[in-house]
Amino acid sequence: MTTMIPELGSYSLIMALAMALVQASVPMIGAAQRRPLWMAFAQPMAWGQFAFLALAFLFLAASFLLDDFSVAYVAHNSNSMLPWYYKLSAVWGSHEGSVLLWALILSGWSFAVSVFSRHLPRDMLARVLAVMGWISSGFLLFILMTSNPFSRLLPNVPADGNDLNPLLQDFGLIIHPPMLYMGYVGFSVVFAFALAALIGGRLDAAWTRWARPWTNLAWAFLTVGIALGSWWAYYELGWGGWWFWDPVENASLLPWLAGTALIHSLAVTEKRGTFKNWTVLLAIFTFSLSLLGTFLVRSGVLTSVHAFANDPARGTFILILLGITVGLSLTIFALRAPRVVSASGFGWFSRDALLLINNILLVIITVTVLLGTLYPLLLDSLDLGKISVGPPYFNALFVPLTALLCVFMGLGPLARWKRMPGRELGRRLALSALAAVVIAAIVPSLYGGTWNLGVSLGLLLALWLVLSLARDLIHRIRPRHEGSPGRWTALKKLTPAYWGMLLGHLGVAVTIVGVVMVSNYSAEQNVRLGPGETVEVGGYRFSMTDFNERRGPNYLADTATIEVVPPGRRAFELYPEKRFYQASRMPMTDVALRPGLFSDLYVALGDEVDDGDWSLRIQIKPFVRWLWLGALIMASGGVLAVLDRRYRRRTAPRAAVTPSPEALS
Amino acid sequence: MKRRLLLLVPLLIFAVLVVFLYRGLSHDPSARASAKLADRFPAFDLATLDDPDRRLDRSLLEGGDDSEGEVTLVNVWGEWCPVCKKEMPQLQTLADRGVRLVGVDYKDTRDKGHEFLETYGDPFDVSLFDPKGSLGFDLGVYGAPESFIVDGDGFIRYHHTGYITPDDVEQVILPEIAKWR
Repeated sequence: MTTMIPELGSYSLIMALAMALVQASVPMIGAAQRRPLWMAFAQPMAWGQFAFLALAFLFLAASFLLDDFSVAYVAHNSNSMLPWYYKLSAVWGSHEGSVLLWALILSGWSFAVSVFSRHLPRDMLARVLAVMGWISSGFLLFILMTSNPFSRLLPNVPADGNDLNPLLQDFGLIIHPPMLYMGYVGFSVVFAFALAALIGGRLDAAWTRWARPWTNLAWAFLTVGIALGSWWAYYELGWGGWWFWDPVENASLLPWLAGTALIHSLAVTEKRGTFKNWTVLLAIFTFSLSLLGTFLVRSGVLTSVHAFANDPARGTFILILLGITVGLSLTIFALRAPRVVSASGFGWFSRDALLLINNILLVIITVTVLLGTLYPLLLDSLDLGKISVGPPYFNALFVPLTALLCVFMGLGPLARWKRMPGRELGRRLALSALAAVVIAAIVPSLYGGTWNLGVSLGLLLALWLVLSLARDLIHRIRPRHEGSPGRWTALKKLTPAYWGMLLGHLGVAVTIVGVVMVSNYSAEQNVRLGPGETVEVGGYRFSMTDFNERRGPNYLADTATIEVVPPGRRAFELYPEKRFYQASRMPMTDVALRPGLFSDLYVALGDEVDDGDWSLRIQIKPFVRWLWLGALIMASGGVLAVLDRRYRRRTAPRAAVTPSPEALS
Repeated sequence: MKRRLLLLVPLLIFAVLVVFLYRGLSHDPSARASAKLADRFPAFDLATLDDPDRRLDRSLLEGGDDSEGEVTLVNVWGEWCPVCKKEMPQLQTLADRGVRLVGVDYKDTRDKGHEFLETYGDPFDVSLFDPKGSLGFDLGVYGAPESFIVDGDGFIRYHHTGYITPDDVEQVILPEIAKWR
């Protein structure tokens, strides 16, 4: 029975594809011809597809756990010595499995939409699920035609597997891809809503209200996914860097940037009914960038630390998929987007205007990163050679643009919709601005001993965000007049959506503090150390007290015991390792970390120099945790916004879904 | 009608992008860069990477002191550039074959530059330190690595955008250098 597991897996994939094809076509035709029975196909097909993909995933996991090396994918990415939890995470450790995870998560989102959005108008739901069915069909075809994880190595079954890439044998990798994909793929929901609204000619505010919680949730997942990737690179690659502007990192940042713009423009469209075309276009753009990211990572057209198998057939297939999905949706946009631009004026300092600026800046930043990522590819394509566009380009453009964005970010939450006198806004913010300038000017001298312009400017931005938010919060809960509810009651009355915004912006400020501090105050020293010797770096004393060899489950390790005496505090020990993975014959550095809210101590064991001396790379990374803490705060803001009561109203007001006259024309 | 055409713009941009991505997929990675020629090497005044007090200028490439009209390969690199690391073995080969190499450490810090040369080897006669990218700008560099073959009179005779592959060493760089000697 167990020998049949891979075939059952393939069979489940085929069943899922069949259901996806039905889901993609029948409800769409049903919605066009107003046939309730046909439209009703959408939900059961989404459920069935999810069930069969979950089964396929379980079968693949079982093949890993049972060490079935007749399955090529298992043989390439596992080993009988691999601990069981890494066998499980190896399921998505390489190409075939990660595409399967992609498809599973997509069907999971479809399932969630079919359950939680079942109160939508029938034709809207049918169209949304059908669009998700298109995407799913494409990816399942891709899996079955080019990347079937269940392909066998018969009749010559290998005795043991090649082992999972040691870089990936790590907790961060167990959760990083699923989180990232939840975000990437989650944007398919808002994409599907936008297309359904276009096709159905209902381009009013209603679709944005339905799509908002889904978008916020996907954005929150993507935020966590990117942060996990950065954290993983920090402690696993052994360089102590946390962002490399690597094409694959950029591939995840691009949909995040566009998604951030989208979240804000959805808000404007929902509240004020403006920016309609723009929001639809942004929804398409965001998901297209998710697909583009998948293409860049999976096709291997760009060189990157994430070296995946480079198979031109796969690249061509994903490109065709990308071309059809994005080309078709942009064609539908060109044909169906309302022609009449909604005329609704707003003042220069109104929230509308500030959100417009936010969108423009975010799109500029996205395009900047996109160009930098694709530039080597374009150049190569024009026969101008191979180059890499490195951090100098990205930092030179990304940092000032983000700074500009922060300036407006501080203003936005305090401005009113439609009309806001500039003088009033200035009066509200004068105190916050003054306090931010003063604190930012003082802190670098206190912290670093000398004044530093870069640090001051960076902190100024973070403080500007925090203090203007604080000003807004205090203003909101202040008792207006005699007998009005107290501060505490007012505080409890603030909506989850407001708290979501607050945390989202606060998270950005926290991340900025992390970036500024770690970029300016990191200390790094490469030292040579033998047993019994001591060195001093940044006030810390490091002594190697012991040096051992030890045997892990699937590796041998040289372990140094380093005693660290921090200035004025108790000593502790760190154990940096150099591991040698036996199956893949790869050496790996296992960094020893002493994390702290205000500073990390980072010790990586290098190579043996000679006669028992080892090179050590010692780094002190102040505030590095704030990078990821900020991302977590941002993500929690996204989740909180989803909990807002407005989204849980059972039935949408019918009036909201009446086709607008311009859409019908 | 005009407005409808405007809505087609995103589709057109995307179509162009797809063409590029497709070419990227089918592209032969050994394809070479085109030449851009016969300009005098831009004037510069930069410190060397090794010694902040030793400043060099264009005469480095124009003979006179110690180069005596020698053909030189000027290579623009940086520690931040992953492709540069892959290029170092080829540069070493060129140096071993008697080619004079001058490095330009582009938009980098001194420490990182030193670290790079310690890790990947130093094939350069001398490395200029160009932290602000001023020489790179005058050379029209978009990124790194890029290489320029400069003849004995200080004229750029060949411009290689991107990294020099092992094949390029034999098939492009050495023949070009032989041509200008």
